[in-house]
Amino acid sequence: MSVIKEWVFTTDHKRVGILYLIGSVAAFVVAGIMALLMRAELSAIGPTLTANPTTYNVWLYAHGAIMILGFQIPALTGFAANYCIPLMIGAKDVAFPRLNAFSVWLFYMGVILALLTFVIPDPPDVLWTGYPPYSTITTGNTALYTFTVLLIGFASIIAGVNFLTTIAYMRAQGMTWNKLNFFVWSIIGSFVMQLIYVPVLGTAVLLISFDKYLGTNFFDPTIGGDVLTYQNLFWFYSHPAVYVIFLPFIGILMEILATFAKNPVFNYKVAVYGGCWGIVIISGEVWIHHLYVSGMPDWLRIGQMVTTLLISVPVGLITISMVGTLYKGSITFETPMLYGLGTLVLFLIGGLTGIPLAVTSLTVNLSETYYVVGHFHYVMAVAGTMAIFAGVYYWFPKMTGKMYSELWGKIGFWFTFVGANVIFWTMMDVGVRTGLPRRYYDFAAFPQVANEQYIMSVGAIIIAIGFTITLLNWIIGAARGPKASDNPWGSMSLEWTTVSPPPHGNWPKPPVVAEDWNPYAYTKR
Amino acid sequence: MKGGSMFKHWKSSAGAAALAAAGPAFAEKYIPSNDSGKIVDPAAGWERLWTTVLIDITILGVIFAVATLFLVWKYRRRPGYEGGGAKPLSTGAAVAWSVIPTFIFLADDFYIAANGWQLWNVQRTVPADRLEIKLESGMYSWDYTYPNGVRTQNELKVPAGKPILLRMTSRDTIHSHYLPDFKVKEDSMPGRITYLWFYPQKPGEHLVTCTEYCGVMHSYMAGKVIVLPPAEYKAWYEQEGEKLKKAEAPEPNHGGAKPAAQKRKSA
Ligand code: HEM
Ligand SMILES: [Cu+2]
Ligand SMILES: [Cu+2]
Repeated sequence: MSVIKEWVFTTDHKRVGILYLIGSVAAFVVAGIMALLMRAELSAIGPTLTANPTTYNVWLYAHGAIMILGFQIPALTGFAANYCIPLMIGAKDVAFPRLNAFSVWLFYMGVILALLTFVIPDPPDVLWTGYPPYSTITTGNTALYTFTVLLIGFASIIAGVNFLTTIAYMRAQGMTWNKLNFFVWSIIGSFVMQLIYVPVLGTAVLLISFDKYLGTNFFDPTIGGDVLTYQNLFWFYSHPAVYVIFLPFIGILMEILATFAKNPVFNYKVAVYGGCWGIVIISGEVWIHHLYVSGMPDWLRIGQMVTTLLISVPVGLITISMVGTLYKGSITFETPMLYGLGTLVLFLIGGLTGIPLAVTSLTVNLSETYYVVGHFHYVMAVAGTMAIFAGVYYWFPKMTGKMYSELWGKIGFWFTFVGANVIFWTMMDVGVRTGLPRRYYDFAAFPQVANEQYIMSVGAIIIAIGFTITLLNWIIGAARGPKASDNPWGSMSLEWTTVSPPPHGNWPKPPVVAEDWNPYAYTKR
Repeated sequence: MKGGSMFKHWKSSAGAAALAAAGPAFAEKYIPSNDSGKIVDPAAGWERLWTTVLIDITILGVIFAVATLFLVWKYRRRPGYEGGGAKPLSTGAAVAWSVIPTFIFLADDFYIAANGWQLWNVQRTVPADRLEIKLESGMYSWDYTYPNGVRTQNELKVPAGKPILLRMTSRDTIHSHYLPDFKVKEDSMPGRITYLWFYPQKPGEHLVTCTEYCGVMHSYMAGKVIVLPPAEYKAWYEQEGEKLKKAEAPEPNHGGAKPAAQKRKSA
């Protein structure tokens, strides 16, 4: 009983982080089950699991919205940031611990709202994008969508204020900006974007509920509104949102690559100031690439084709830093590193297949097809998820003081990696070859892809096995794994200098950072 | 005059107010026109550009993948080799490692952008010698209106060898008129006019399908483009036009749907 009370009323950043992890992994399991249901439905032409397209659309809504809002953003900016930022900068906690606790419980309420989808008689069927006019005329419950987004968005804004303050004011003595872990920079970039853009998303989703329930006409062209206003507001946030996910997951990868290669981050300053900040700056100028076939002015589409292509510069610099970190390293292949390298491959495929989508004249064909679905699952969905898993494995001994099973870790990895490639490569392939549209309950108009659809459904089962193994490995490891040492990977980073798991307050006395220390100061062996 | 008759028709259809607003705008939308008489097929251009970009990203991917695999293999910890603790880059090397890749990426970006822009101009500039058809989408059908007022649903008959321009709007939610074989789509939405064009060169049938989530039956919103030999098309077009004229002429002894129309006119 008192244990429960301790967790519910905790303000310790590590516990808040773990609460975020539990909540987001639970959300992931639910959204993953939705993916399996969708794949089952799509395994053959015609109705297979359900004869009602709306049921499928609700699964798709739940899958997309929960994966992004309930899983990836909270796992990265909630769990990883909470657990690691104070430890990495040598602080005893975040600047506003109570606000932090408030934010995690807001997030839980958001997840509960999202889960109400499966309980109420009129679940939202507006997909995660909620475009009007459909979202304002559907009999589905658009308000639930609005309030889920608002709650989780609000949680995220609170966290943003908290973490930017923490990083600015609570760094250990001697911890200069250029000694911050790359991960810390990625979280700064991520929260800067959240603070700028989430309010815009909040506005957009609030206005559709105003239109639907209160009789306003922001998006109704019959009375002077404009349907495109919503799309512009929505993507003005939601493009940066992919970088809100992207930056921290690259941050985790960078930490893992450095630790398991025993090397400094290659060209650190360029990765931080060119890569990370370059992305933050360009992120707000490319949203039109989601409106390439929405009748936006032709010159605007061309203009943002160029800005979108320019994203390749900061992303390219970061990729060079990741690969370069391996150079002259002392590389070992424990589970976190395996995930790290696997993610690098997935992210490379996903990033490069995004280049055709930046080109508006190619997108008039590719847009809204399975090519897009394949691409963003590579670059964000699976790469992000595998990076989160890499992070959980990496910090597992720190969080629990115990060790997971390496063998099962690796088996889980290979299932996931292989399954992901089977599904998402096939998606891109059918998308380009046949133009199979996304968000289709039934592919009756495309009988030529029946075999591929079946193969993808098998791939989904392979992934599901991988995820199940991984989850069990964590649970069993946390319950009765062997004891882990305080710094099993031999990392130089500050979070490994305290005991595992760290006590409340993190260090008996605040760490002081030496002049010649940095989180990657490995010595040649 | 043509615009006028379209306008009248829309007023009688559902969602009258929306279309009253959309009607005049329909005719006004500026569409860049190509009077050179030379027609470039945008679908073929798409194939070429796709191949170019695919080669481009494959080269980049192979470079990064090979570099990664090589480094992972070469610097793995093993008996007799212990690396790690690499020196941070010298300032010169750090600058070189950022400026040179930046220029390479920029050069590649502009190369792709230039090619993309060229094709874009083809895709958005419609040959002057064209057949213009109006499209109104609705849950869940594609309704085409030909210059002579003939209307079809989910079946777009066109002559081979003539560029086809679709001027599009929607009477309810947003739809997207996608022609996979012609590598083009564009959304149709209420309150706005959009357009796309394609160039059917040989007789045959092609799929039309919806690529913007528009409601429950989204995945069933399919139709087809039927490309006819020009003579056959002309015969069909004129015949349908005649039928329409006859149907529109007031004939007191003819029943069916007309009384309603007459009532409206006399009112
Ligand atoms: C791991 C196994 C996964 C499978 C098998 C899977 C499967 C799918 C499928 C089949 C669709 C497209 C359905 C359609 O368009 O009709 C889809 C859409 C989507 N998925 Fe996943 N997915 C997985 C993981 C993820 C993850 C981890 C994310 C995290 C961000 C994610 C985010 C999305 C989003 C945002 C959409 C678009 C939803 C929409 O169109 O509104 N997926 N997924
Ligand atoms: Cu985007
Ligand atoms: Cu549709």
